[in-house]
Amino acid sequence: MASLGELERAVMDLLWAGQEAATANTLRDRLAQSTRSEDGSAGHEGKDLAVTTVLTVLSRLERKGLVERERGTRPHRYQAVSSRADHTAELMHEVLGSAPDREAVLARFIGSVTDTEAETLRKLLGRS
Amino acid sequence: MFWTSYFLAVLAIVLAWPVPILLSRAHWTAQSPFTAMLLWQAIALAGGLSMIGAMLVYGLEPVGDNLLAGLKALAGMVFINAPTTELGFWHIFALSAAALLTAHLVFTLLLTYYKIQRQRRRHRELLDLLASPSADGPGTMVINLDSPVAYCLPGGARSVTVLSDGLMAALEPAELRAVLIHENAHLSQRHHLLLWAFAAWRQALPWLPTTRLAQEAVSSLIEMLADDVALRTESRATLIRAIAIVASGSPGTPAGPMAFSQPELNDIDSGQPGATGGAGSARTTASRVSRLLSPQPPLPKGLRAVVLAVCLLLLALPTALLIVPGLLG
Repeated sequence: MASLGELERAVMDLLWAGQEAATANTLRDRLAQSTRSEDGSAGHEGKDLAVTTVLTVLSRLERKGLVERERGTRPHRYQAVSSRADHTAELMHEVLGSAPDREAVLARFIGSVTDTEAETLRKLLGRS
Repeated sequence: MFWTSYFLAVLAIVLAWPVPILLSRAHWTAQSPFTAMLLWQAIALAGGLSMIGAMLVYGLEPVGDNLLAGLKALAGMVFINAPTTELGFWHIFALSAAALLTAHLVFTLLLTYYKIQRQRRRHRELLDLLASPSADGPGTMVINLDSPVAYCLPGGARSVTVLSDGLMAALEPAELRAVLIHENAHLSQRHHLLLWAFAAWRQALPWLPTTRLAQEAVSSLIEMLADDVALRTESRATLIRAIAIVASGSPGTPAGPMAFSQPELNDIDSGQPGATGGAGSARTTASRVSRLLSPQPPLPKGLRAVVLAVCLLLLALPTALLIVPGLLG
């Protein structure tokens, strides 16, 4: 049985790859499929995966603000709040941005440099 | 009492304005970053202590010969309604200011901690979904991004160093090792605690020159400390190449520092005047590189001892002035 963290990852990957909202049942079937094709075996791991587990994972993701639920339909259909690229951009904005306490949150190898400085460094690279 | 409060006030002003300006311009700090870091911490602590102490001592002057007697008298007024007629308006004003400043500093420290922790947790949650563990070990993750980026996210046992695909492609193995050692040095030397304290100090008193200068100096000094750790195992040339490649994008690409959309870069470069990560960190990179290109020997032992003695004196002086008269009397 995969850990909740790994399942969250797998579910997000499916939601990011799929274009439309999916129910927990659909997601479970697709998860089962992907483990089967990876193992090349009967994929009992996928079969063991209960819909309730998928729902737990989905509600965790919903709490983290990564997944939203369509309220009107039953069973609920879930979709990603924003795309993988958007989330990556969000992360990088935090890394590269100029929020005053950013430096306390994480430490970058190199801070932002000015154009002239980047030019000097490029020359340095050419020389060495 | 009277002279004590004046002396503490003068000390507070000197530590808030001329001293940090002089120290931020000094060149020896790049030669012995660790000693310089201690001095900045001593300046911040002694500055805060003498600021609060001066107001406290001034306000308590009419009711006690020394701080301890004064505090005892004050406790009597607050808790058992002893007469307060001895205190004039300015004394009460100073006492309130001392209490407010103390509360403000402690509160800002806690609030900053909470905000930093929340941001880190959110960042870590996204990383768990977006980045994959690297072959270099459990504390390293790789994120799918073409521009060369490396950073570490502190978080106790869950601390992680993040590298981008672009970085791994652009750097030679030795250069990559230098980057990893540099980032791990930040984590193992607990630099995030220093950054937290100085970020809170600045957040609490943004109009005070010392808080901005101290935070900028400390951010720059920790980079130098981490560089020095990397230099123990990797060569100077390797580290310089790594810095140059990461700072200028991958070698040969004419794009800006990071392959990001131009508006976003402008946004970063221009930054508000007070913001770190803008001009401040550009200066950091410049001083780091020049320090690696023309290495200077560390400060002689004697001078370092003098600086350490100054640090101790800075801390001991206000403490002694506040407490010793009470113990003697």
